[in-house]
Amino acid sequence: MAKSASSVEFRNVSKRYGAVAAVNDVSFTIEPGTLVTLLGPSGCGKTTTLRLIAGLEMASEGQILIGGRDVTRLSAAERDVSMVFQSYALFPHMTVLENVAYGPTVSGVPKAKAHEMAREKLHVVGLKGFDARLPSELSGGQQQRVAVARALVLEPQVLLFDEPLSNLDAKLRRRVREDIRDLQRTLNLTVAYVTHDQQEALAVSDRVIVMANSVIAQTGAPRELYEQPASLFVSDFIGDANIVEAALGQHQGDTAPVSIGKVEKRLKHRGVKPGKVKVAIRPESLLLMGSRPNAPALEGRVAKAAYLGTHMEYTVATELGEVFVVDRAVDRPLKPGVEVFLGLGDHGITVVPD
Amino acid sequence: MTRALRLWIAVGWVGVLILPWYAIDSSFWYFDWYLKYDGDNAPTAHQIFAQGRWYLAPPVLALIAAMPALFMHRDSRRLSRLLVAAGIAGMALMLAEGAAIDHRGWSWAWLQALMGGEGPKQPGMGYGALVLAAAFLMLMCQGLAALGWCRGDAFIVSAVALVVALVGVFVFFPVFEVLLSALQDDKGNVALVVFFEKFLDHSVWGLDCLNSSLRCGVAWNTVFLAVVVGAGSTLFGLAFALIATRTDFPFKGLLRVMSVLPIITPPFVIGLAMILLFGRSGVVTGFLNEWLDIPRSRWIYGLQGVAIAQLLAFTPIAFLVLIGVVQGVSPSLEEASLTLRAKGWKTFNTVTLPLIRPGLANAFLLGFVESMADFGNPLVLAGNYEVLATKIFFAVVGASHDQGRAAVLAIILLGFTLVAFYAQQMWLGKKSYTTVTGKGDAGLAVPLPSGLRWLCYAAVIPFALLTAAMYVTILLSSFWKTVGRDYSLTFEHYLTGFKVEWGERGLYFGGSAWNSFWTTIEISAISAPLTAAIGLLTAYLLARQKFAGQRAFEFCTMLSFAIPGTVIGVSYILAFNVPPIELTGTGVILVICFVFRNMPVGVRSGIATLSQIDKSLDEASLTLGAKSFTTVRRVVLPLLRPAIVSSLVYSFVRAMTAVSAVIFLVSAQYNMSTAYIVGRVEAGEYGLAIAYSNVLILVMLSAILLIQFLVGERRLGRRQPQQAMVVVQAGG
Repeated sequence: MAKSASSVEFRNVSKRYGAVAAVNDVSFTIEPGTLVTLLGPSGCGKTTTLRLIAGLEMASEGQILIGGRDVTRLSAAERDVSMVFQSYALFPHMTVLENVAYGPTVSGVPKAKAHEMAREKLHVVGLKGFDARLPSELSGGQQQRVAVARALVLEPQVLLFDEPLSNLDAKLRRRVREDIRDLQRTLNLTVAYVTHDQQEALAVSDRVIVMANSVIAQTGAPRELYEQPASLFVSDFIGDANIVEAALGQHQGDTAPVSIGKVEKRLKHRGVKPGKVKVAIRPESLLLMGSRPNAPALEGRVAKAAYLGTHMEYTVATELGEVFVVDRAVDRPLKPGVEVFLGLGDHGITVVPD
Repeated sequence: MTRALRLWIAVGWVGVLILPWYAIDSSFWYFDWYLKYDGDNAPTAHQIFAQGRWYLAPPVLALIAAMPALFMHRDSRRLSRLLVAAGIAGMALMLAEGAAIDHRGWSWAWLQALMGGEGPKQPGMGYGALVLAAAFLMLMCQGLAALGWCRGDAFIVSAVALVVALVGVFVFFPVFEVLLSALQDDKGNVALVVFFEKFLDHSVWGLDCLNSSLRCGVAWNTVFLAVVVGAGSTLFGLAFALIATRTDFPFKGLLRVMSVLPIITPPFVIGLAMILLFGRSGVVTGFLNEWLDIPRSRWIYGLQGVAIAQLLAFTPIAFLVLIGVVQGVSPSLEEASLTLRAKGWKTFNTVTLPLIRPGLANAFLLGFVESMADFGNPLVLAGNYEVLATKIFFAVVGASHDQGRAAVLAIILLGFTLVAFYAQQMWLGKKSYTTVTGKGDAGLAVPLPSGLRWLCYAAVIPFALLTAAMYVTILLSSFWKTVGRDYSLTFEHYLTGFKVEWGERGLYFGGSAWNSFWTTIEISAISAPLTAAIGLLTAYLLARQKFAGQRAFEFCTMLSFAIPGTVIGVSYILAFNVPPIELTGTGVILVICFVFRNMPVGVRSGIATLSQIDKSLDEASLTLGAKSFTTVRRVVLPLLRPAIVSSLVYSFVRAMTAVSAVIFLVSAQYNMSTAYIVGRVEAGEYGLAIAYSNVLILVMLSAILLIQFLVGERRLGRRQPQQAMVVVQAGG
């Protein structure tokens, strides 16, 4: 790429519609050449944030910088940013080539040169020989690649994706996801990517910004988010988690003893004061046993059981309430009503500050 | 300092230095204003310095004040403020100058007293003034955009300002003039007593018909007629809509034809056909007289005649509204009701009817307003039953020639229609039970319960037969020598109107109708693209942009739909007969009248089409570096093509059939077909009138068929009954 990748920075940005804030006092930085996901449930403000970067919405307060330059007051046409829309937004009255060449054409590049640039990008996304087709004559996956080529053709400082996989069928999603990641790495692009699918976010990103109720709930690398969720919301939203009550003992260094039912574990206290705390336990960290083990364990009874091919899913009623357990042992299924014991694994259990 | 800014300042100077400031008598393109470079033909600069018309100087000073903008940095706030100030000042000064001096001297008494004498005289403003005003408006918009209005988008600010300015000058200003004229006495003084006398006059609000044989006031007459027609056309329209959508009626194609008829039929033609059938010497009357000895009478003239004619004319409009509403009721709702053990009638009563209730109210209000605004049918049929539309007309053109009275009546009529319009916008706007969703609905429309079906047939079949009889009469009677007396076939009427001969200088259009016919085609053809342009621009602003005051903007642009043509006619006469804007007697006033009367058609079809186009297409274009003007040109316009075609054709056709406003505005030089035909009817030349109407209908039918062919009809993602039958057969 001719241009080097640029950073995106939000400084205390808010977007209000009347009294309602869609984005409330949000600050973050996207480092150059990284792929950052905006993740959250619908209505959390993630798409508005993306549109604020694009200039399709104007910030009510705060500053937006792209490549260190203040673009807060610039319109979409004046920002060096391209977007791949959820619906792809391919112009139905133009051919594939005309669609991709649109950006250079409207900025005054001669037609021949614009078409040459467009063909180059179509080649990059692996769509050769489709130049003269209309968008309606392409499959969903192909349409999306045209949309990506069209967004790339101006070699923007930042590329934005708005739920790019939502209109594709399940099988295609993994492939397109990997294609986008490869493209981002080979072209060294700065990418902001909106999704509501936490698995997709974990798989594709350098960093994830989790949003809830118009504010940022947590920012971090995928592993950080999964292993050290900052709040109950994040622990539950990223993957599945059983939230149980526990008692935290005196701090010793950065760990502390935690009593979860009859079981005691040494966990990172993460700055939480001794006393009653909430602990998040991943379903795969509850180890299911048919007979009483020697070490202390949680006691319970299977309430529901489901077979999912690769694993079993159980709901177990314990003294801590109902918990959700994933068990790899599909050849030894347990029936509802059976008494079971639950041990605690070494990973996937964390104190949640709240 | 931008290119647009330089351009508009240059345009302003063209208006000052080159173009004639005042309106010129001959066509612009003859350029004789340039040869006679003096007197009223000269540009304002010449007027000021060579002719001593010092009062034209202030607007030019505003333009000079804007000049420093050329040397300022494009992002400076001082530049933006200067532009806004200069633009507003320029327009205000032009307005003040135009209002202060008219063709008789100082317009206001206090100005006369202050300046002494009757003062200078000036004719109406012309191209120079127009161009300078446009330049001021655009300079102001450039400034406002730079101050951050509409996200700093100069194109959007300019478009909004342009539409507001045009609607202001050509809709609000004339209506304001009507109000003013109603409040003034003959000498131009405000006279509230006179106004209330006229307003509360017994001939307007009297209720004598309730307890004596005397007639009620014209306002009550109008309301009563409108309620009857509104209710009647809604019921008949519903019957037609139910038959078209919920039965296997074999002649549904005919219903479609019927829905097109009112669009292409000039409004008085139905009334005319009524006279030819049921008048004293009508076909049916003659038949009944000869065979059944029923004496000839004039029963058709009066309330009943007008009501029947208007029912025939406006039921198709109700049908068009209601068929959309009935189709919009999702069949799965009715199917759900049926599966919950509600029988046919019960489902219709508890699900279907409540869902279409807003549609019924809408159809009623439309019929109500159409009846009030209708001028042609009452003119032809009302006899002694007076309604506001015709009474206004006779107050202006009749022997009394009382413009103040016309203005008062116009205000009453406007009041009624605005209340109906307001009810429709506010009350129905919130209550639309649209049940068609984006997803294809798999259900099938539930057939009507049989009792209701027969009721619908009983209403619809006589109605359809009567309509058919009307149009057959219209067609045949143009070939009859004299209806009622001499039924021998003849081409005489067509020859009178449309004779073409070979003269000394080639083709010679000798027929008496050719003059008005070509004028009509020309005026309609000029106004159609203008109507489509301003209508679609407004639709784009409403559907695709967000700006402060958008609701008010929408209400204003749709308002001209609610103003009856008669009121528009009166208001244009009052507003544009004297300087500063002097347009009566020209073709321009007809074009302007059509553009602003028909603009809502373009707005509606534009909004409907835009709402089907994904908004992210515009946004994609913006993020690819195209400004909003480029986006409109390269993305929105190509996708709007169906709306462009349809609003072009509809505004063309509506311009051809308009009569109520036009009849005030035509002149000897610019006579329109409809006004000419009404003149023939009043002179008793029915043959020529009908022949001419047929020619018009033929022209418009061709236009409509062309559009149907080009655009096709709207499709809902819903299973057709035939397909379902195939499925059943395959399954069985």
